[in-house]
Amino acid sequence: MASAKKDYLNSASIQRMAKIRKIKSVFMTFLIGVLTGVAVLPLFLVFIFVIRNGLPAMNIEFFTSLPAPVGQPGGGMANALVGSLIMVAIAGLIAVPVGVLVGVLLSEYREDKFPSVVRFVVDLLISVPSIVIGLFAYALVVVPMKSFSGWAGISALSIIMFPPIVKATEEVLRLVPNSVREAGLALGLSRWRVSIYVVLKGSRSAVTTGVILALARVAGETAPLLFTAFGNRFWPTSLSQPMPSLPVQIYTYAISPFSDWHRQAWAGAFLLLMVVFIINVLARVLLTRGSGGSRT
Amino acid sequence: MGIVVIVLFILIFMFLLTNSRPAFEAFGRGFVFGREWIPSEEVFSVLAFAFGTIVSSLLALMFALPISVGSAIFLTELCPSFLRRPLRFLIEMLAAIPSVVYGLWGIFVLAPFVRATIQPGLAAAFPYFGLFEGPPYGVGLFTAGLILAIMIIPTITSISTEVFDSIPNLYREGAKALGATEWETIKTAVLGPGMSGVVAASILGLGRAVGETMAVTMVIGNRADISPSLFSPSATMASVIANEYAEANSDLHISSLLGVGLCLLILSVAINSISRIIIWRVRRKTI
Repeated sequence: MASAKKDYLNSASIQRMAKIRKIKSVFMTFLIGVLTGVAVLPLFLVFIFVIRNGLPAMNIEFFTSLPAPVGQPGGGMANALVGSLIMVAIAGLIAVPVGVLVGVLLSEYREDKFPSVVRFVVDLLISVPSIVIGLFAYALVVVPMKSFSGWAGISALSIIMFPPIVKATEEVLRLVPNSVREAGLALGLSRWRVSIYVVLKGSRSAVTTGVILALARVAGETAPLLFTAFGNRFWPTSLSQPMPSLPVQIYTYAISPFSDWHRQAWAGAFLLLMVVFIINVLARVLLTRGSGGSRT
Repeated sequence: MGIVVIVLFILIFMFLLTNSRPAFEAFGRGFVFGREWIPSEEVFSVLAFAFGTIVSSLLALMFALPISVGSAIFLTELCPSFLRRPLRFLIEMLAAIPSVVYGLWGIFVLAPFVRATIQPGLAAAFPYFGLFEGPPYGVGLFTAGLILAIMIIPTITSISTEVFDSIPNLYREGAKALGATEWETIKTAVLGPGMSGVVAASILGLGRAVGETMAVTMVIGNRADISPSLFSPSATMASVIANEYAEANSDLHISSLLGVGLCLLILSVAINSISRIIIWRVRRKTI
């Protein structure tokens, strides 16, 4: 036993072991670096292909005219753009107040029992697949109205949009130091006034960032719109009619067999990707500037 | 306002439950465990879609897990500080790209690549395996798994990063002081204590993959079939709803699709709850 131990401890084998361990370490750190590269690679691949195929298909007509029938060159996605803007905007008008208020509830009354139940349900709602929300909106709006409609799409989008807004608001408000709340209360404000006029108002830029990111997210939602807003090939004239949207248009064009339509789909994807990308970059810039300011 | 949230969730659940009842009544247990889905003959059952959903999601997890954990280690342990923020941003951008854009890219770039390169390569490398056989469609479980992997990398990476960040530096210093190399430090002081967090992150990623619809619908081939080959066209619970709901006109068909929706809801809520419980436990332990 003792001799075996001594053998093991002889300097040549220790040095060899150390060398092997060092080589293994270098190899593993290299592998980790490679894996990180692999993680970012798809982003570049998607961007390269969307830009290469989408940019040449972009022109004024894309923004100004209605879809062209198969076989006819040209045509655009103007109606889908307008439809998407209308639906996302109205869904935002519904979801933002609800989301922000629930977020305030969760952060400012966090020690109560009721908010923790609400928090749990909000987490459940985030995990509900968006297509299931689409089914729900279908039953809620399409079945009674007997028609696919903008309203059905709007209700689906607003249900999808508000849980992330709740989470973002809650997270941001939790960062507000308690001394701020105490100062408000010391001035004789009631608790909900402190929540709204002091805490929420003080972090409005960060809350806005969360809201904008949620808007960007639902702007790309497709699945729940397939059988709620459904889409059509004309200008959206009424919210009680089927309503076109950019993502659904991209989808229909992508799975069609026509190469003209494929080009349009790439152009639509290019536009959607650029909007989402720019919003994300802006939100990031706003957020770092905002938090940098409040920290000092 | 809080009540609205709770009522909304209960409504969604109750609505799916009541409206899918005709399907459960018509087929009984066979609705969940049967293999056939033939709309023209009014025969409906979930199992083939459950199979597609679970296999494509597990494939995605298999691809995404090493990449995500590697990135998380790189971000917390090895990355020079000037690179950290841009790298995090790039990985988070993967989550911001709309599903339909991934689907478009999947149809025109990834599927042809799988058809021309990956499947022939794997079939040649493992000829007696069965998993990689079949005609090269390009669309199928494997391609869906690849796309899903890309989409869940940000989820797993960001939670794992958070977990690794919360591990006290004392562990790392301890390991280094005992003479551990860089990799041994990572293995013992970071991966070891962070393992339960990584597990929770993977389950959460799995939950996202299960509910993902558009990208999968566009590349999975949409055939209600259980086949041993990873390259055969398949369908998921979400994709069959996306494909058939707008066109379904018989009551039983609609009710069956709602039944699929109910199964999907239960599956994704269950998966997410499990991972949240684990994450919650991990957080409580570290605080």
